[in-house]
Amino acid sequence: MYVAVKGGEAAIANAHRLLDDRRRGDRSVPVLTLDQITQQLALAVDRVMAEGSLYDPELAAMAVKQARGDLIEAIFLLRAYRTTLPRFAASKPIDTGAMKIERRISATYKDLPGGQLLGPTFDYTHRLIEPDMADDRPVPEPERRSCDRHESAPRVTDILGADAMIEPDGEGTPEREPADLTRSPRTFPADRDARLQALARGDEGFLLALGYSTQRGYGRTHPFVGEIRIGEVEVEIELPELGFPVAIGRVKVTECQMISQFKGSKSEPPQFTRGYGLVFGQSERKAMSMSLVDRALRAEEFDEERVSPAQDEEFVLAHSDNVQATGFVEHLKLPHYVDFQAELELLRRMRSEQQYEDAHKEAAQ
Amino acid sequence: MTVSAKHRSHEQQVDAQIEARRRAMAAFAQAGSTFLADAWERLGAGRTALPVRGPEVGLVMVRGRAGGGGAPFNLGEASVTRASVRLEDRDGAVVGHAMVLGRDPDKAGLAARFDALWQVGDQRERIETEVVAPIEEALAEGDRKRTEETEATRVDFFTMVRGED
Repeated sequence: MYVAVKGGEAAIANAHRLLDDRRRGDRSVPVLTLDQITQQLALAVDRVMAEGSLYDPELAAMAVKQARGDLIEAIFLLRAYRTTLPRFAASKPIDTGAMKIERRISATYKDLPGGQLLGPTFDYTHRLIEPDMADDRPVPEPERRSCDRHESAPRVTDILGADAMIEPDGEGTPEREPADLTRSPRTFPADRDARLQALARGDEGFLLALGYSTQRGYGRTHPFVGEIRIGEVEVEIELPELGFPVAIGRVKVTECQMISQFKGSKSEPPQFTRGYGLVFGQSERKAMSMSLVDRALRAEEFDEERVSPAQDEEFVLAHSDNVQATGFVEHLKLPHYVDFQAELELLRRMRSEQQYEDAHKEAAQ
Repeated sequence: MTVSAKHRSHEQQVDAQIEARRRAMAAFAQAGSTFLADAWERLGAGRTALPVRGPEVGLVMVRGRAGGGGAPFNLGEASVTRASVRLEDRDGAVVGHAMVLGRDPDKAGLAARFDALWQVGDQRERIETEVVAPIEEALAEGDRKRTEETEATRVDFFTMVRGED
């Protein structure tokens, strides 16, 4: 028998109305505009796009506003929105080597071609709250330095790769369509393309903790940041009605090349191995974490024993998605009255059986 | 001219035309919609463009490559708007196409109209100088500004010599 209970309609309607009110807050305070969010909370917008797996700054800003700054809620909103849209095409793979660089650093080569460009970074700040910043004081224009040389900034792995000191990128099999988690369910063992997609949209906190765990000895890889680069890349689409690719605009991405310790074989001399991180927007913490976890998950390729959580692809991929995770954790707060009644009933029966047995034992003695 | 040389020069012409159209389409896709609307007032006035498809909002899956240059993988989706329009011309009809990042039906429609008008040809030169070139200049100017700002954050290492000898 299934008994449905109805109720709470008015309570829900009023709760949502209350939510609207609290979101807006004190009406004497000016309302947040989407421009303010995309401009001044740009990194929150970037995180929502990366983990929402949908590049659209305006939409992400709307989600941040609607979610009252709860970024996982905003990510959920963006994911829900994407399901309403048709997929037109897949882009040609973006070329991060041709990036319009806004930041580019290497921890392995001081004098790498293209140089070290700090860009807008929190690094080397004192991490002291600046009370001045709370006011709308004028902010000076950034310093500019003319740049005549058109020195290219090759990916560091291409520089190191030229001497065969580091494993190459590997060739993609061009006829094979990359795995797509949005179209087909996860299968194990997963290929690297499926893992990279899952990591690129995975929860930053989860990947950060896993990456950290590899540094602390759970799947040690002894990594170096070969390179981090942030900037815009062109997105090109091959339109079937045209027969040639066209640029449809640019997206900002962060790329991290993590270089790890060596591996050689009978046929290959020892060389550095690599982990890769690529994330929508500006998020080097996420890109670095992703590259650490990508490398850890390649354990099998390098005959490493899989002993740590970060090396266990089922564990990592099944728990990296924060929309899935929040759905399952948060569903616990929804009414479970009947489930709970059933368990309560079971517990009562266990107790009464125990009392009955105890009484019998006593009687027997 | 031999047949094969003729063939080759024709191929080169086609390649050059495709390259020019690619450039123009890339420029339309990265322009502001008000800029395109103003330009259409001047260049396309009086022409009728009939919608063939859209404008409609959808998604493209943006791909990256493992390690930057290896096997492709799906990075995540981006919102796009696409449109196709038919522009009536003395010699028939020309269909223009556009796909642009973001959700802007007006912009996609205008970009498709400009693609059609560019193909018609009689306005191509004006489109190149009054639309494509200014868009490319604005993009280049923005890039130059950001590059110079980034350049000012370049680390110049110097070696400190300590002690004597």
